[in-house]
Amino acid sequence: MTSTIKFSRRAVLQGTAGLGAAALAAGLPFGSAQAKDIAIGFIYVGPRDDFGYNQAHAQGAAALKKLGGFKVLEEENVPETVAVEKTMESMINLDGAALVFPTSFGYYNPHMIKLAKKYDKVRFLHCGGLWSDKDPANAGSYFGYIDEAQYLSGIVAGYTSKTGKLGFIAAKPIPQVLRNINAFTLGARLANPNVTTQVIFTGDWSMPVKEAEATNGLINQGVDVVTCHVDSPKVIAETAEKRGIMVCGYHVDQSKLAPKGYLTGAEWNWEALYPKLAKSVQGGEKLPNLVRGGLKEGVVKTSAYGALVHEKARKHADDIKAKLTAGSYVIFKGPIKDNKGNTVIASGTERGQTDIELEKMNYLVEGVLGALA
Amino acid sequence: MRKQRIVQVSPVSIDDASARWQDILRSGAEAVAVPLLAVLGALVVFGIFVSLAGVNPFETYNLMYAGAFGSWFSWQNTLTRAAPLILTALCCALPAQLGMVVIGGEGALVIGGLAAAAISQALPDAAPLVVQIAMAIAAMAAGAAWIAMAGGLRHWRGVNETIASLLLVYIAIAVFNHLVEGLLRDPASLNKPSTPHIGDANMLSTIPGTDIHWGLAYGIIACVLAYILIYRTTFGFGMRVAGGNVKAARMVGLPVGRLVLVACGLAGASAGLAGMVEVAAVHGKANASLIVGYGYTGILVAFLARHNPLAIIPVAILLGGIGASGGLLQRRLGLPDATVLVLQGLIFIAILTSEVLYGRLPWLKKVKS
Repeated sequence: MTSTIKFSRRAVLQGTAGLGAAALAAGLPFGSAQAKDIAIGFIYVGPRDDFGYNQAHAQGAAALKKLGGFKVLEEENVPETVAVEKTMESMINLDGAALVFPTSFGYYNPHMIKLAKKYDKVRFLHCGGLWSDKDPANAGSYFGYIDEAQYLSGIVAGYTSKTGKLGFIAAKPIPQVLRNINAFTLGARLANPNVTTQVIFTGDWSMPVKEAEATNGLINQGVDVVTCHVDSPKVIAETAEKRGIMVCGYHVDQSKLAPKGYLTGAEWNWEALYPKLAKSVQGGEKLPNLVRGGLKEGVVKTSAYGALVHEKARKHADDIKAKLTAGSYVIFKGPIKDNKGNTVIASGTERGQTDIELEKMNYLVEGVLGALA
Repeated sequence: MRKQRIVQVSPVSIDDASARWQDILRSGAEAVAVPLLAVLGALVVFGIFVSLAGVNPFETYNLMYAGAFGSWFSWQNTLTRAAPLILTALCCALPAQLGMVVIGGEGALVIGGLAAAAISQALPDAAPLVVQIAMAIAAMAAGAAWIAMAGGLRHWRGVNETIASLLLVYIAIAVFNHLVEGLLRDPASLNKPSTPHIGDANMLSTIPGTDIHWGLAYGIIACVLAYILIYRTTFGFGMRVAGGNVKAARMVGLPVGRLVLVACGLAGASAGLAGMVEVAAVHGKANASLIVGYGYTGILVAFLARHNPLAIIPVAILLGGIGASGGLLQRRLGLPDATVLVLQGLIFIAILTSEVLYGRLPWLKKVKS
């Protein structure tokens, strides 16, 4: 008790009197404790154990911790406002971070760009694949072609569904999400041309109640495999398991949440990418400004098959996976029609992964039940 | 007590004047001492909490201080986080003078930000100052109209303003999303729907010598104006009378309806201005990043400040500081983000229960004459 009061008195004195001097004095002991380890900061928009988007990044950070030689700093639940600017700055100023990973899409502009200009010695790597040559050279952005893994999930779902009705719970009708819905459906229709995917948009990235309602609604309509693109698939996987249907995961492996019904899933492989990037900082190399890759580059991966996935499904999915990994397979290959009957990719046109047109996707392919607006 | 004073008033003496000063001093000291004790109490309980989590509480206090107020950088961090809270707290504190509990500041902020972003698109060639003033006026008008709706529902239809203002938040967010993802969307904003950028020239600058945006100054000015309005004008007196007893206010002929609508309008205007500042000083456009709960944290600030506009400023800085230090606790001690929420909750409960201490602190008791 007494020491608490003593401290707070000293604290008040320090705070109100000579700020600068007090600051240095308070900052010193932390500064010297860092030794030679390179400090690397990770910033998550949600909880780091969300069984989803943020956990995928936290697993990447955990892989770095195991390597040694790095001091990993983590901060969760940081909104896409000045808060993230201050978090980055705090990591740089108070913890001496040399590399920062702001992992949410909305952290990029204006927040990360602003900080990259201000701290030109620090490297910034953002998840979202947004870098353009107008942006600072010490900034960078990376992303994965996770639709490849969604395509494989679709194949598995198409084979294992008994009703031929699949469900997709999505946050917002934006190009990244539409690409996943379309790839999943195209994969499923490869397995069974009569399959349909009912899509439900919840309107935001983390809406657990709406996501549970959507899952139940889909099951009541006869859907027997669900998947999703939301920040945390936790409630969706749990609801599906409880209601006795099957589920394909997203972001990370959710098989623990649905041990019976988990088929496979589209996962990020940040555990592989982050150590690579961190090591190149350690070696003093220049970081790439734009990193993009899919199965071939090891940026995304798939979950192990669940018990319900039969041999035929495994074989077909593995076959396509091998082709995708070799880089010899194109998912968005004409002719592809949207669900209103218009041709969106003409016959003979192949839109490979790096095709910029895919980044502007604004349609749902044939077989998807749902509308964009 | 009052009676005693009236008796004493008749012979105006030096003794009496000094007693009055002593009384003012005493209540001033009490107004500082009670919340301070409450915060200290909350910190002690918080210390027990973190030691149960296996962390040294003194190290925690030390880090919290370093993260919030330990350096000029930390101060700027704290003040930047406090800026929007000051304005949204006013949205709760102003109607509170009338005894109303308005918790819909988030809706006014969102609508204000949207109005600001929209008006900037209508003035493509205007001078930056004109655009900024137009954005502020549009945001304040939109926010004012939004909360005045809750006030109007209360006054004319007898709808509970707490529920009405809360439900209006959901409507505001739905309207906001509808327009940002539709009519007002910048076609280039592919994966994060946003309105077009307001233009770098039209952005609000930072306060010279700092990297804190002008929103902080707007908030402080608004608090001072609100204080003058409440305690130094007949309008404010009317608000407080109506807040004390609506029937009595009507009996003496106070225009209660107008008081309600104007108070709600001013409240909404300040939250709307917070939305404009977010657009014009931080994001440069309106998008989902505006909806982060500043309106709700503002309620907490207003209650902790006991709805006193001047007290809002230090309370907002305190909460800004807790937010600023939260990151350091996560990084250095491996505590979860929820730790700072626990502290916020503890402080909230401690301050609310500390109300019973007023008039009971032994060394600040009124001296019986």
